[in-house]
Amino acid sequence: MDLDALLRCVGTTSCVVTQLTSGMIIGMLLFLIASGVTLIFGVLNVINFAHGSLYMIGAYAAWTFYQLTGSYFVSALGAAVAVGMLGILFERVLMSKVYGSNVLMQLLVCYAVVLISDDLIKIIWGPVPLSMGMPPEFRLPPIRFMGGVIPPFYLFMILAAMAIGLLLWLVIVRTRFGSIVRAAAINGPMVSALGIRVNLYYAAVFGIGSALAGAAGALAAPVRSLTPGMGFSILIESFIVTVIGGMGSIVGAFVASIIIGLTRSFGSIGFPLFVDGVMFLIMALVLIFKPSGLFGREHR
Amino acid sequence: MAGRWRDLGLAALGLLLLLLVPVFGAPPAIRDFIMFGMAYGLLAMSLNLLIGYTGLVSFGHAMFFAAGAYAFGLAMQSGKFSIPGAFVLAIGFTALMALIVGAICVRLNEIYFAFLTLAFQMLFYNIILGWVSFTGGDQGLMGGIPRPKFLGIDLADRTQLYIFCSVAFVVCIAILRQVVTSPFGYTLRMIRDNQERAAFLGINVIMVKLACFVISACIAGVGGILLTLFVSGAYPNFGFWTTSGEAIFMILLGGSNVFLGPLVGTVILRLLNDITVTYTSHTELVLGIVILVLVLGLRKGPLDLLAERWENRRQAKAQAVRDAADKDAQAGRDA
Repeated sequence: MDLDALLRCVGTTSCVVTQLTSGMIIGMLLFLIASGVTLIFGVLNVINFAHGSLYMIGAYAAWTFYQLTGSYFVSALGAAVAVGMLGILFERVLMSKVYGSNVLMQLLVCYAVVLISDDLIKIIWGPVPLSMGMPPEFRLPPIRFMGGVIPPFYLFMILAAMAIGLLLWLVIVRTRFGSIVRAAAINGPMVSALGIRVNLYYAAVFGIGSALAGAAGALAAPVRSLTPGMGFSILIESFIVTVIGGMGSIVGAFVASIIIGLTRSFGSIGFPLFVDGVMFLIMALVLIFKPSGLFGREHR
Repeated sequence: MAGRWRDLGLAALGLLLLLLVPVFGAPPAIRDFIMFGMAYGLLAMSLNLLIGYTGLVSFGHAMFFAAGAYAFGLAMQSGKFSIPGAFVLAIGFTALMALIVGAICVRLNEIYFAFLTLAFQMLFYNIILGWVSFTGGDQGLMGGIPRPKFLGIDLADRTQLYIFCSVAFVVCIAILRQVVTSPFGYTLRMIRDNQERAAFLGINVIMVKLACFVISACIAGVGGILLTLFVSGAYPNFGFWTTSGEAIFMILLGGSNVFLGPLVGTVILRLLNDITVTYTSHTELVLGIVILVLVLGLRKGPLDLLAERWENRRQAKAQAVRDAADKDAQAGRDA
């Protein structure tokens, strides 16, 4: 517990800027993952407990594409697309079989997928942590801003995640595809009765959610070390984010991600041992006072 | 009442069988297998009280397993408690933790419940990992758990430890059976089948769920204590999410509709683990595939399936007997 350090940090702009950026990159990674979880839950009414594995696969795929092509942008795009396809496969072959059944079965399918993918990662890429290193595109001098130092890649990560989030929101709110998806979220059989092949939309939503996780993995690859099982801790945090923001709400996921990201970055100065505890406390408070989350609808 | 006496008799018989194992000089490997099985069996059995009987799919049950283990281990290492004292203290701690976690979680719907219990488990796991000075971090509680004699029982002796664990195990199973067959147990099933109706009948659904959550956590805590006594240490992976996942898988393997099903599942999973380990280091891959085959192929646990077949056949037989009787009666009237 070192609240003095936190106060000292808040007193200087350089420290605030540094912590804000690191909080924002944690938050934006969480946002990409949590928005996938929340989107899939909102439309399909299932929790994808294997979402962290998709993030992990995205990171590893980006690493491999980067080794092959040498271009970070190509590898990030490739990873997102590949994980999106994998997500569609996962949905069609496994998850769609347990839609109607109880949570236990869905949980077990996801549990199995997490086990299998962790082991496959070990077989394909080895158990040793990998690191991608900073791509040459971003080996630039850091940006100085109000006394703080911001690595260019951090800025790119934050902007890219925000752009993806905005695009997702526009697709959901403004396009015909989005209207159908929103309608399917409210009443799937009715949409189906209107002659729309709702299964395709389910698969597409799952694919989009997965691609978001893959993109998050690709964005995290240069700044995180890649280990089998890296998806699990971020999955827990993305759950916390979706609970705080409200299940099914992308705006909620955005706000809650920033809250959690900033809690993490500033908390690591002031109360490093209690960061997790504070995150849970925020979540518990939201659950007690507004169980549907800050931006959530009431449960159906 | 007759059912209760029968259950007690069966419990005594089970205990007798367990106690016969050391008498016949079974190799230590078998005894170790049984002791592990008893610890994890209690975890799976207590979890099934939530999943199978109440419909509360908890994905964080191992946190109470670890809570019992760590509370007991730490109390013993402090040197201030006798074994029974530490036992009671550890269960009290587990119950308190379950009360807090349960109070937040049981009000939520199914999906929220599953992942909030998971999230709390990870919080607990992170505390164990992070609080190195108290819990030993990822090394676990090192240095062994002291086992001072009490009431003439010396748990440092393998045979006496085995007997102690068997008794504790059977008592816990008997308590679970008692809970399941009591009116409280039927209330749990009613809540599982139709929560609204239970509420209309004047049942305080949240309080019943919370009570069930705490009971179940305490039994899991006993499982953790047994494991701590047995391995003479407590390790963070007792409370890792994979332990919870395994417990759920044990229930699937054994069947959630048969009272002792999870216990059978524990044995199957431990055997499966031991067998795969001898052939490949990729046990997780094998387990994952087995789970997928079971869930997508059978759609339920193999034992549940057997129990269902047996029930169907019994009913078919009863139907045949009734038909025959009807026919006879018809023939009698005709004549």
